[in-house]
Amino acid sequence: MATIKDIKKRISSVRNTQQITKAMKAVAAAKLRRAHDAAVEARPYAEKMRELLSNLSARVSEDSHPLLIEREEKRIDVLLVTTDRGLCGAYNSNVIRLAENFRADQREKELTFRFVGRKGSEYFRRREVAALDDGTVTWHATPDELASVAAGRLIGRFLNGKSDAAYIVYSRFRSALSQVPTAARIIPVAPSEMDEEQQLTEYLVEPSIGDLLSNLLPKNVEVQVYQALLEATAGEHGARMTAMESATNNASDLISDLTLQMNRARQAAITKELLEVISTAEALV
Amino acid sequence: MAGDISLRVVTPVRLVVEEQVDELTAPGPLGQLGILPDHAALMTTLDIGQLGYKKSGANSVITLTGGYAEVLDNVVTVLANAAEFPAEIDTARAENARARAERTLEDRDNADDEALVAAEAALKRALLRLDTASQR
Repeated sequence: MATIKDIKKRISSVRNTQQITKAMKAVAAAKLRRAHDAAVEARPYAEKMRELLSNLSARVSEDSHPLLIEREEKRIDVLLVTTDRGLCGAYNSNVIRLAENFRADQREKELTFRFVGRKGSEYFRRREVAALDDGTVTWHATPDELASVAAGRLIGRFLNGKSDAAYIVYSRFRSALSQVPTAARIIPVAPSEMDEEQQLTEYLVEPSIGDLLSNLLPKNVEVQVYQALLEATAGEHGARMTAMESATNNASDLISDLTLQMNRARQAAITKELLEVISTAEALV
Repeated sequence: MAGDISLRVVTPVRLVVEEQVDELTAPGPLGQLGILPDHAALMTTLDIGQLGYKKSGANSVITLTGGYAEVLDNVVTVLANAAEFPAEIDTARAENARARAERTLEDRDNADDEALVAAEAALKRALLRLDTASQR
């Protein structure tokens, strides 16, 4: 049986851990608020961009720009967005599981992975299961820089015929408690269909529809990646906050269990000592 | 007359301007583009330059580093890659960017085309920011 001293030592170690998880939770909560604001503020831009694009592409044929052309998907690029750091619950394993399912679904195709976030990269590098597109893997720059590099790379590979489509696998932010792993195709660009009632406005277009499209389409891919990165960041902090909250609660439970154990042990020791004193006294009489 | 056009300038990072204005000028691909109330529906790319607008006699200027604009029913939506008010411009940073871009351009024999194009655009942005900042 554990001595009182052992139990005391454990209680203080659990208490230390609890202090760390509590601090991490507070930090994640603050970061979550900022990341969430960033994701919300980026929304009007992305929405307007989508609107412009669907309006423009409704008036041109599909083959007017290479990024609009659907090819048979034989070679697929996958951009997997995970975190650099752990301690955020099942966040990374959920995204990676979705990526694995995606890989299983597309078994006969040739997949090339590219990463943002160390966790996903480590997972797939260790398993050596799919071709990897080298390049930066960590969140070493701001999301817009990361998005522009990643989008440029994916577009380049698509235009050079090295891939027939590009997907992004990331965790969509729903709330601090819930992130939804999502796989979405970003190349070729599929503009959303216009509603039947929606009037197709006759625009003057400068410099020309073609120029505008070839400017807007790559930008749109970039914006989509950017949006995904922002949501992934918000999700990461949300997941970490939740994980650290439950870790803090678990530590509290553990501490109260251990305290109870310690009190019992102390009482037992006192009782034992009393018995010894009494029985010695009786023996002497 | 006052405030007949509603102007919205958004960047990927934030909503910069949401105001009713009387008239505005934007850096179009074929030159400066003036927009008055009841302008025809228009979709255009925007160059690096200044977006100016007038609201009850007061002029305001913001820098744009390229983007898109849509004009429809007196609503002007500008999708800018980045947009700043003169007061927000970091002159030191712009000065650094200019020096860096100029170095790359001087050393043009050792740089590939892509880097030169990027440097030229960077130089243009830096000069624009410095120019706008000097007017505040």
